[in-house]
Amino acid sequence: MPLTHLERLEGESIHIMREVVAECEHPVMLYSIGKDSAVMLHLALKAFQPAKLPFPLLHVDTRWKFREMIEFRDRRVAELGLDLIVYINPEGEARGINPFTHGSAVHTDVMKTQALRHALDRYGFDAAFGGARRDEEKSRAKERIFSLRTAQHRWDPKRQRPELWRLYNARRNKGESIRVFPLSNWTELDVWQYIYRENIPIVPLYFARPRPVVQRGGTLIMVDDDRMPLAPGERPVLKMVRFRTLGCYPLTGAIESSADTLPAIIREMLLTAHSERQGRVIDHDSAASMEKKKQEGYF
Amino acid sequence: MAQRPGIIPADIPRDLDSQESKGLLRFMTCGSVDDGKSTLIGRLLYESKLIFEDQLAELAADSKRVGTQGGELDLALLVDGLAAEREQGITIDVAYRFFATERRKFIVADAPGHEQYTRNMVTAASTSQAAVVLIDARKGVLTQTRRHSHILALLRVRHLALAVNKMDQVGFAQAAFDPIVDDYRKFAAGIGIEKFTAIPLSALKGDNVTTASANMPWYRGPTLMEYLETLTVDQSLEEQPLRFPVQWVNRPNQDFRGYAGLIVSGRVGVGERVRVAPSGRTSEVARIVGPRGDLERAVAGQSVTLTLTDEIDISRGDVIAIADQAPAIADQFQATLVWMHEEPMLPGRPYLMKIGARTVGASITSPRYKLNVNTLEHLAAKQLELNEIGVCNLSLDQPIPFDPYEQNRDTGGFVLIDRLTNDTLAAGLIHFALRRSDNIHWQALDVNKEARARLKGQRACILWFTGLSGAGKSTIANHIERQLLAQGRHTYILDGDNVRHGLNKDLGFTDADRVENIRRVAEVARLMVDAGLIVIVCFISPFRAERRLARALVAEGEFLEVFVDTPLVEAEKRDAKGLYAKARRGELKNFTGIDSPYEPPEQPEIHLETTKLSPEEAAQAVLAALRGAGILLPATDDH
Repeated sequence: MPLTHLERLEGESIHIMREVVAECEHPVMLYSIGKDSAVMLHLALKAFQPAKLPFPLLHVDTRWKFREMIEFRDRRVAELGLDLIVYINPEGEARGINPFTHGSAVHTDVMKTQALRHALDRYGFDAAFGGARRDEEKSRAKERIFSLRTAQHRWDPKRQRPELWRLYNARRNKGESIRVFPLSNWTELDVWQYIYRENIPIVPLYFARPRPVVQRGGTLIMVDDDRMPLAPGERPVLKMVRFRTLGCYPLTGAIESSADTLPAIIREMLLTAHSERQGRVIDHDSAASMEKKKQEGYF
Repeated sequence: MAQRPGIIPADIPRDLDSQESKGLLRFMTCGSVDDGKSTLIGRLLYESKLIFEDQLAELAADSKRVGTQGGELDLALLVDGLAAEREQGITIDVAYRFFATERRKFIVADAPGHEQYTRNMVTAASTSQAAVVLIDARKGVLTQTRRHSHILALLRVRHLALAVNKMDQVGFAQAAFDPIVDDYRKFAAGIGIEKFTAIPLSALKGDNVTTASANMPWYRGPTLMEYLETLTVDQSLEEQPLRFPVQWVNRPNQDFRGYAGLIVSGRVGVGERVRVAPSGRTSEVARIVGPRGDLERAVAGQSVTLTLTDEIDISRGDVIAIADQAPAIADQFQATLVWMHEEPMLPGRPYLMKIGARTVGASITSPRYKLNVNTLEHLAAKQLELNEIGVCNLSLDQPIPFDPYEQNRDTGGFVLIDRLTNDTLAAGLIHFALRRSDNIHWQALDVNKEARARLKGQRACILWFTGLSGAGKSTIANHIERQLLAQGRHTYILDGDNVRHGLNKDLGFTDADRVENIRRVAEVARLMVDAGLIVIVCFISPFRAERRLARALVAEGEFLEVFVDTPLVEAEKRDAKGLYAKARRGELKNFTGIDSPYEPPEQPEIHLETTKLSPEEAAQAVLAALRGAGILLPATDDH
């Protein structure tokens, strides 16, 4: 019986993670609480069993994540006995940076991109796992599995190394680091199928429930706490919604759906007509926006 | 929500199971610029319904703005990624796309067709099980078709579809198709491609991509999609001998010692007798820890952790095999190299080689020949440049387990890495081991280095002086040698100028010759160390990599790097030989400090700043360092 595509992807991802642990001194796993992070963490636990995870998790908290995400994070960390570092950009926090007053671009830059750079520098991590996939977006289709970053965390297209066979070059000079994407070859559907097959816990926000939302610019935004300013006359309405991707709640669009179980979500996936990044407000800034963000050090 | 035809999941659990049991095919596309490669991939994605509505809206907008189809959907834009490329209208790197049908999941590597991007094609081919070679029906087999096919043959991509595209432009005529196929067959046989499937199609119009073309009733073969869905992917990987490169030793506690890795070929079962290469030790598989608990057997493609019944010493990079099918072991090879970096390959320069989970030191002889991939001619070459392919001999600093690449991609394919920048420089394919390493044994002699050195009241070493021309290397070295002679020590100075008059008079000043210059001097110095001498080498030796090569030739502690640190302005002011003036006038090329770089040592054992020390003081500092390093034994000590 030949291996299924999920078994092959699993084998590849585990191999990638072990290469990093064997060749790097201070790896870290960027844990964003979403479904891709859930799969990545699940694979890491398999890769190193029966040993404990040989690296910590890092969550860059923008202070605007959904409350259910934070609850889920803390519960999983406790259940699995994981070593989690939560980093909030202290400067951004002091300045009260938020997506409403400062806009999504500034908020993302300060609380996510800069915060990630600070955190990596502060703890001296030389390799960071991220859950990005090549199928997410056009510029990511060319991303290496091992992506070299300069001491300033910049992605220099000219310095990216050819990747042949299963050979990954993890060597780096002082100050340089690598971002590693073990899920590079997974698709969104693969991720859901794997979550289903392996029964991996995920944040309940992925399942359809009645939630209070407002419609803004064609996007359904969930009113997750009372920090969300409402326009005059704007009233949250309860709608049956779920999320395909999770981020900062004011920047993450919900979709109307009745899919409240994994099979229902996968069924919707098979029928859907929209890509998952559509729900992300930050992608719409400009045609090559992801690529610019990547050069600046955004994941 | 729009319904996606083709997939109607009436019964979800059953559908999930069928989704899960799909196989996976990785393939690549290659063709010349304008053969319609991006359009074809765009078409495959489009027809497998993997283009979402928001992406379609973006595509429609892009098609109007920069499209080449007069405002109609330009499917090629679906697969063009980086902003700069989109503006130039060409793809310049390997992109990976994903789509699925009812039968299979596909990962397609989109390799560019541009003349100079051999590098990207080789990268894409290295992970591909099949390839689609595009030919423009109006142009036929081109130089680039030959180049791409040769690379596919070299990288052993075994399944090949010849997609004769743009049939709509030649009236869908069989008379246009047949001669191209004949032409290709003649060429392919010559490079070892025995089998291929030729398909006439139009990526632009969709003929024979996923649906059989009504315009070409004369063609009875499969559509491209049928071909990709049904070709039998090598099950032979599982039938091959077991190769399990150990990535990581998992030792959480005293009771568990496991070897983690991915099975790159073959299969393994509990209780089987295994042999570890290169040590040759044998044991038995006790447990196979898989992703979902313990397994009885595991096969190629799975990442597992093996435990053995015996406590034997195994570390990262070792290869576990079935006991009577162990890989060969050698430290010298003949290999094909594909050079992938702007820095050319220099014979003799020390590189790192990564093969499997093992990284070793490697150096390369002059290429036996380089290949004209268009004509398959063998050309004489002294070095390899970016995108060149050559056959070379490699010499490693330790024996490694391997298989010829044609038998096993994972144990026969390697990359070369720069020791300084850590860039990946080249891809390599091992052909066979060279016997030479077995035949030249070092003569083990009773009178050895230590004995010879002790007789002279010293330990042997190399004092390697590096610095700009005119820095004062020779002056300081002379002071030191006089002092040592007075103490009854045995020394010899190898001076850059003197050596160039004799041993190295055939060498010029190109980068390649400079490397060879240093290599020869380092080898002579090594023999002199073996003779028990304190060897003083005075060479500008501007490159860190070459100094590292010299250091690697002798034992730890026998190489003392002395940085004679004189700023360029100061050296130029002294200019005892008038060389700087000549170089400034352009009469001397490749002069260090002027039009050739000097890479100062990062951690020299001895650092002499000549603007602060007189030559005598500098010599005293070196002598003190020699005493400190235990090179100069006290006269009474005869141990």
